[in-house]
Amino acid sequence: MLEIKDLHVKVAGKEILKGIDLSINAGEVHAVMGPNGSGKTTLAQVLAGRVTYEVTGGRARFEGKDLLAMKPEDRAREGVFMAFQYPVEIPGVSNAYFLKAALNAIRKYHGREEIDAMDFVSLVQDKAKLLGLDETFMKRGLNEGFSGGEKKKNEVFQMAVLEPKLCVLDETDSGLDIDALRVVANGINAMRSPTRAMLVVTHYQRLLDYVIPDFVHVLVDGKIVKSGDADLARNLEKHGYGWILEETPRPPQAARA
Amino acid sequence: MRPVTTVAASVDTKQTYVADFASSERELGGPEWLRAVRKKAIGHFEALGFPTQKHEQWKFTNLATLLRIPFKPAILGRPGGVVAENLDPFTFGVLKTSQLVFVNGRYAPRLSYLRSLPEGVRVAPLAEMLRAEPETLEKHLTRYAQFEDDPFVALNTAFFQDGAYVEVPKGTVVGEPIHLLFVSTSRDLPIVAHPRNLILMGAGSQATVIESYAGWAPDVTFTNAVTEVAPGPGAVLDHYKIQREAETAFHIATMTVHQDRDSSFSAHSISLGGGLVRNYVHTLFRAPGGSLTLNGLYMTAGNQQADNYTRIDHVAPACTSVELYRGILGGRSRGVFNGNIYVRKDAQKTVARQTNKNLLLSKEAFVDSTPGLEILADDVKCNHSSTIGQLDENAVFYLRSRGIDEEAARNILTYAFAADVVNQVKVAPVRIKLDQLIVSRLPRGAGLGETL
Repeated sequence: MLEIKDLHVKVAGKEILKGIDLSINAGEVHAVMGPNGSGKTTLAQVLAGRVTYEVTGGRARFEGKDLLAMKPEDRAREGVFMAFQYPVEIPGVSNAYFLKAALNAIRKYHGREEIDAMDFVSLVQDKAKLLGLDETFMKRGLNEGFSGGEKKKNEVFQMAVLEPKLCVLDETDSGLDIDALRVVANGINAMRSPTRAMLVVTHYQRLLDYVIPDFVHVLVDGKIVKSGDADLARNLEKHGYGWILEETPRPPQAARA
Repeated sequence: MRPVTTVAASVDTKQTYVADFASSERELGGPEWLRAVRKKAIGHFEALGFPTQKHEQWKFTNLATLLRIPFKPAILGRPGGVVAENLDPFTFGVLKTSQLVFVNGRYAPRLSYLRSLPEGVRVAPLAEMLRAEPETLEKHLTRYAQFEDDPFVALNTAFFQDGAYVEVPKGTVVGEPIHLLFVSTSRDLPIVAHPRNLILMGAGSQATVIESYAGWAPDVTFTNAVTEVAPGPGAVLDHYKIQREAETAFHIATMTVHQDRDSSFSAHSISLGGGLVRNYVHTLFRAPGGSLTLNGLYMTAGNQQADNYTRIDHVAPACTSVELYRGILGGRSRGVFNGNIYVRKDAQKTVARQTNKNLLLSKEAFVDSTPGLEILADDVKCNHSSTIGQLDENAVFYLRSRGIDEEAARNILTYAFAADVVNQVKVAPVRIKLDQLIVSRLPRGAGLGETL
């Protein structure tokens, strides 16, 4: 489904990703872990299409199409969804309006009619229940005044409604207490399917106690230095990132401007 | 380069207005007391002259074009033909209202209609009231809006012929909004009109008044309006002013409000049209317990300019004022927000909040925001804030990342910026109309679909 080859990305002139290779097939859940500043969020953001990230080399194909050439909205319409680490608050736009606009934009792209108002309501109610969101939530401004936990739940809720093919979760566990973490993890697990893939970016292993990954990749200084199964994540939790850094010969630092 | 207001041009134009007064004074008429006030007013105007950009309050407002155009007083010009269908776009769909229409400041009976109103409520043309009950008006008319230091109020006071008179007696609730629609039009000569409104609210009365200003390009018009408002003890008045004139229109409007004890007044000023628009709202708490909501939205594009000057006088103690103005400026348009709150020595327990936020949609747009707070009492809660910025690119990306195209994302966010003000409009059909108007002014806004 997703094929990343030798991906190099600069942010504000500084190279953050230094050659990423990653293949994700439908039905698989991949976790990318790494210490702060290793490039995890950059990887998530560049897949979603943030313009401030400059791709300087390599490619990423999504279902055979050149993902990096697409506008962010077209990536979403093709089925890529990123759950933000820091969802934006937008007062004046209700959650309901926003979600309906998104859903209809995606439907229109695929030549489908706009969703019927009643169908939308029942779809939203089902998914909201899954994440324990009450009815008033849809009428509130988008993420306006939401707690950290509510914002993350809203991200997973949007994902559940939009039903993307590839879910990219950027530090979705950060800032969650244990109850909220369980709810969010349940929401994510409910979406696991043989036709859907997930890329879970996280610093800590705790989300992966609930969302068990098929593959775990360790990202250090812009490169994947180790890949394994769920056990690798547990090892990282126990021993930290230090042992991997020692095990991996670090490339000489490039001269910085 | 915009032409600069020179003192010489300003003096010449001033003399024209003074001469026009001399030649129309007889026809303007009115009771004896009013004739005396008019004379005084034109005297003050002559002494003050038109403001130049050297005046602090006019620093960002260039009147050169306004002063160059030879506007004729409406009384000397020919009225344009306006028919009911022309007014449809400026009404509010299903909303049931009594509606008074004024064309170039003169009451147009064939375009107006009054629905049944509670006993004692009077909604009438001011000219008619001046003929019928000059002594009733003497106690109020020209008593609130000071012309001694304001040349435009002075001009209006000298020249006004007509306008709306609204009186709601003690304890009476008027359920349906009263719509005052001012149409400016000019056939051959540029026309200046000076509508004058007086709204008197008895103790414990309630009403909603909507002032709309409308017109069409390419008519070159100048509207210089003054509205005086006196909410009595415990009265509740919601006032809306909707500016929808053409971009060939000049518009200067002053509203003066003297609030009595425990009265509640809210004003919502929505400026969408007009080439040069300046709103001055002056409110005064003359007795304790009053509350004031002052909302404004100015949305400009092209070469428009919209200025909003407000002055809130906390003279009496224990009054609350909340002011929120938002500006959305595109193209090469300009905007000014200048808000002054005065908390006088005896106005203890005052609560005053002032917020001005501006969104610039283009690099060429310009806004000057000057919040102001002068506090002479010590036991008060006051704050003010002002921001100028562009659309948040993080928010744009957030919407795009969910499949919404970039243009729609920018439109949604621009609309949302206005929503804070529009959502406070209590009359649903007016709110819906404003929503539509705002959406239609967004680039390719029609694609936004339903109300947000």
